[in-house]
Amino acid sequence: MAAIEVRGLEREFEGGIKAVCGVDLEVAEGEIYAFLGPNGAGKTTTVRMLTTLLRPTAGSASVAGYDVVSDAGRVREQIGVALQEAALDPLMTGRELILLQATLHRLSRADGKRRAEELLERVDLQDAADRRVGTYSGGMRRRLDLASALVHEPRVLFLDEPTTGLDPVSRKAIWSEVAHLNREGATVFLTTQYLEEADQLANRVGIIAGGLIVAEGTPAQLKAEVGRPHVEIAIHDGEVDRAREVVARLGKPLPPKDGLVLLELEGGATQIAPVVRALDEAGLTVESLDLVEPSLDDVFVAKTGRHLEADEAGAEEAGAAAEA
Amino acid sequence: MNRLVDNARVVAALGRRSVRQTFRRPQLMAPIIIFPSLLLAVQTGGAGRAVDLPAFPEVNGFLDFMLAGAMIQSCMLAGNSGGIALAVDIEMGFTDRLLAAPISRFAIVLGRLAGTAALGAFSAVYYVAIGLIFGAQIEEGILGVLLMITFVTLAAVAFGGIGAAIALRSGSASVVQGLFPLVFVIMFLSSAFFPADLMLQPASAIADYNPISFIVEGVRDPVISTVTGEGAWQAFASILGIGVASLGLSSLALRHRLRTGG
Repeated sequence: MAAIEVRGLEREFEGGIKAVCGVDLEVAEGEIYAFLGPNGAGKTTTVRMLTTLLRPTAGSASVAGYDVVSDAGRVREQIGVALQEAALDPLMTGRELILLQATLHRLSRADGKRRAEELLERVDLQDAADRRVGTYSGGMRRRLDLASALVHEPRVLFLDEPTTGLDPVSRKAIWSEVAHLNREGATVFLTTQYLEEADQLANRVGIIAGGLIVAEGTPAQLKAEVGRPHVEIAIHDGEVDRAREVVARLGKPLPPKDGLVLLELEGGATQIAPVVRALDEAGLTVESLDLVEPSLDDVFVAKTGRHLEADEAGAEEAGAAAEA
Repeated sequence: MNRLVDNARVVAALGRRSVRQTFRRPQLMAPIIIFPSLLLAVQTGGAGRAVDLPAFPEVNGFLDFMLAGAMIQSCMLAGNSGGIALAVDIEMGFTDRLLAAPISRFAIVLGRLAGTAALGAFSAVYYVAIGLIFGAQIEEGILGVLLMITFVTLAAVAFGGIGAAIALRSGSASVVQGLFPLVFVIMFLSSAFFPADLMLQPASAIADYNPISFIVEGVRDPVISTVTGEGAWQAFASILGIGVASLGLSSLALRHRLRTGG
């Protein structure tokens, strides 16, 4: 049985604005599925429907085997949810928040206390447990949010942009915790606008743009769809043409860029050694050599014609302009 | 049965959170204690001679007359503060955390109202204490005090329902905060601060039919005279009427929010 099954899911808001336009997806038990897309792509609306916070206007979805509309109560028993921007009460302490969450999930008082201790230790917040959340850093808030979502040991965990706005160290701490949870058997559905996050964490990635999934697969499959890895070789001036001739038999030469010799390698990293040997035997001096893998951004560009990160910058600029 | 116990635990937990939130956020606490206390002090000090007016009810002092008004003002503002806190929860997404949990959706409203009820009881005890310290006499003694606390607590729930309904419908703390001046208008158009019989028309006629007047009189009777069945029933019926209407509106507003997602 799939942990999440979605068929033709749509959500139209008042005024005819369609945020999600017919999403189909399936997430297997124990999988980490990343929903990758820019702001306004429909990621959060989809998560809100899957977590029963918003009713779909068309289509169907089931989570842990229960329909999100007709069996919403059962769905809520099976899921853990950490929403965008960590919706935490700044006046509560970390411990109070987890104890409240335990009560909401019908844990006994004793179990709630035990679970709170375990989780606070797990996310390294024991020392700050009795401080108000308003004094926490962004990373601490996210870790607390994650801990509170785990209080009832959910089968499916929804994380809506769990690392947005975090520094790299806090981001890696969250990634490590999510990977750990997944190893323990939890199915994780996360939304993200970070390519690296989807690439590092997800077993499968769904790229969403304009309310539709435009590509889906493992990160490797998606990258393979848009091209193979290539090496970029910097050679001493005047020897570029000869270098191109030397390496041509080892892969598919690509048009040179910025004075670099570019060679597509079917075998990726395994073919670097023969390239280096051939250049060395020809007496050519290699100044640098980089293996460049296609990125999920290349996939995003191929599917939507836009760069994901450029979209984000545009959205941020628009946001800043609106605030000004 | 288990379900009922679970929901009661949830309501109690959310009620505790609501009380803690109020005590930790001065802007929620101030309207419940500071504003009515100041008004009580200013009016008692400045208009104390009003008791000499012909047709003014027989009282030991103006403070005895004013206590009920201060209590009802405080619990109306507690209801408004509860509404503001609920709207803040909606604005910051905390309500989504509750809605994503396997609890009765209406428990979210009831939890907030449980907190408001506790604040209502606290405010009643506080004003009784203030009254006694400054020389008020409660004619009906301990039983009268218990009746006052009961009425004020129930009234806080009823008024809290209005705040909750507006918070759920608007999702905006500033909209709920906008009701604040209305509380004073409603209070001044009742017998809370002045006997209705001594007001000019049309204020006097409005005060005669204002349910707040019935509630205030129900709380005032144990202080200045004796409790009558009719007065107590009118107070209870007014609270019940406001409560049923406000909880009904809250329920409709919650359904609308769940259906539309905002």
